[in-house]
Amino acid sequence: MGEKQILDADDIRRAITRIAHEIAERNAGVRDVALVGIRRRGAPLAMRIAAVLEEIERVRVPVGVLDITLYRDDLGIRGPAPVVHATDIPFDINGRTVVLVDDVLYTGRTIRAALDALTDFGRPARIQLAVLIDRGHRELPIRADFVGKNVPTSRDERIATRLHEVDGGVDGVFIVRNTETSG
Amino acid sequence: MSVPAEAGKRRHRRRHVLDLDDFSPEEIEEILETAVSMKEVLGRAIKQVPTLRGKTIVNMFFEESTRTRISFELAGKALSANVVNFTARGSSVEKGESLIDTVRTLQALGADILIMRHSESGAPYLAAQYFRGSVINAGDGRHAHPTQALLDLFTVRQRLGRIEGLKVVIVGDILHSRVARSNLWGFTRMGASVILCAPQTLIGPESFWKATWPDLTITSNLDECVKDADVIMTLRLQKERMEAGLLPSLREYTRFFAITAERVARAAPHCLVMHPGPMNEGVEIMPDVATSAQSVIEDQVANGVAVRMALLYRLSGE
Repeated sequence: MGEKQILDADDIRRAITRIAHEIAERNAGVRDVALVGIRRRGAPLAMRIAAVLEEIERVRVPVGVLDITLYRDDLGIRGPAPVVHATDIPFDINGRTVVLVDDVLYTGRTIRAALDALTDFGRPARIQLAVLIDRGHRELPIRADFVGKNVPTSRDERIATRLHEVDGGVDGVFIVRNTETSG
Repeated sequence: MSVPAEAGKRRHRRRHVLDLDDFSPEEIEEILETAVSMKEVLGRAIKQVPTLRGKTIVNMFFEESTRTRISFELAGKALSANVVNFTARGSSVEKGESLIDTVRTLQALGADILIMRHSESGAPYLAAQYFRGSVINAGDGRHAHPTQALLDLFTVRQRLGRIEGLKVVIVGDILHSRVARSNLWGFTRMGASVILCAPQTLIGPESFWKATWPDLTITSNLDECVKDADVIMTLRLQKERMEAGLLPSLREYTRFFAITAERVARAAPHCLVMHPGPMNEGVEIMPDVATSAQSVIEDQVANGVAVRMALLYRLSGE
């Protein structure tokens, strides 16, 4: 199993800083902006983006966490039902600009599920999408508004994101070539 | 989507929930964890997720029930399943249709999950042999009531933060109680130490229990055994027990085995008082205890929906 690093900790930090600036620019400030990270690795990324926004805009943006397991379209197809983790959106999303945050954008199915989940909590004024990596191979008409890095991949590769909040150790993004089954 | 670290682990695929005897601590833990998230769903303005859309759940109740039946119905609906209620009364069962034929009929009608309450111990096991989907035992005779035990475990874990190492006293008509039996499996498997307390006529020979649970404590002295208890769970006393000559009088039962404020005071300060319902207030539990701050009886009912959602969800994998 081969593994190639595509982003190191500094690259990730710079990408997050740039995404935060773009979010502030696109929305003319962040007064009505809220961030919602998709479990698991979207959650710490949303926290990091919020920390940068607080530095540059002097606004503490609300941050929530979304678990999309109950909205997946592959229950009963991909093996035993996974454990459902907590969703925590401790603010009213009605009328806000909600930026969904995830680590990797791939087929778009996770984002489709996240959109369904989010709209069960209310009616945001608009929903935008920020991802650290866009690896292509969309299966749904979904695109990201803010992208850390576009990475061309083949389907038998997978992207492994490691964030110290979730995985411990040093941050990094890797392309892993699967020798057995595809991720 | 990146692949989460846990995706590689092959987990146990469960088809039926008949009792807790075939649940590992890890599986119980996963269900309780998922139930926490289900509880969050139930706290939302829109108490519904699309997870089981297009699945059909049949509630088959051959015996009366309020909370369990409604709890399963709400759980199924919160997951967007189609829920059909079947009661023996008014069905072909009254024309003599057998259980096996009824199960086959429901299968032909497209049921995916059968939830079954029956007065005969073992009836859901028979149904499971003939049904191609999943069967959940919602209480069979005096044998098992696994979803009650899971919601009891969930309630204790939510209130006390753990189950391992707790001292749990189960008091009352143990001999006829499916709730006691399933809770015995659940609490012992999760590492609690369980004490059964009952008059000798309502528990039977000690050797019977010890054969399966050698570490169990069995006693008839409630005042003694509640000392330092973390959980006191009392069971409904059926009036028929008196008629069967198993008890001399209700008043005597109450004097020795009712949960009173004095007895709760002997337990640990954080001790929880539990009852699976329906209660005979003034018989097995005093009204002031049932509504006290230490009573989690209403939590048990509320948590039942979340725990049953977690189970229905789990049965719908692969």
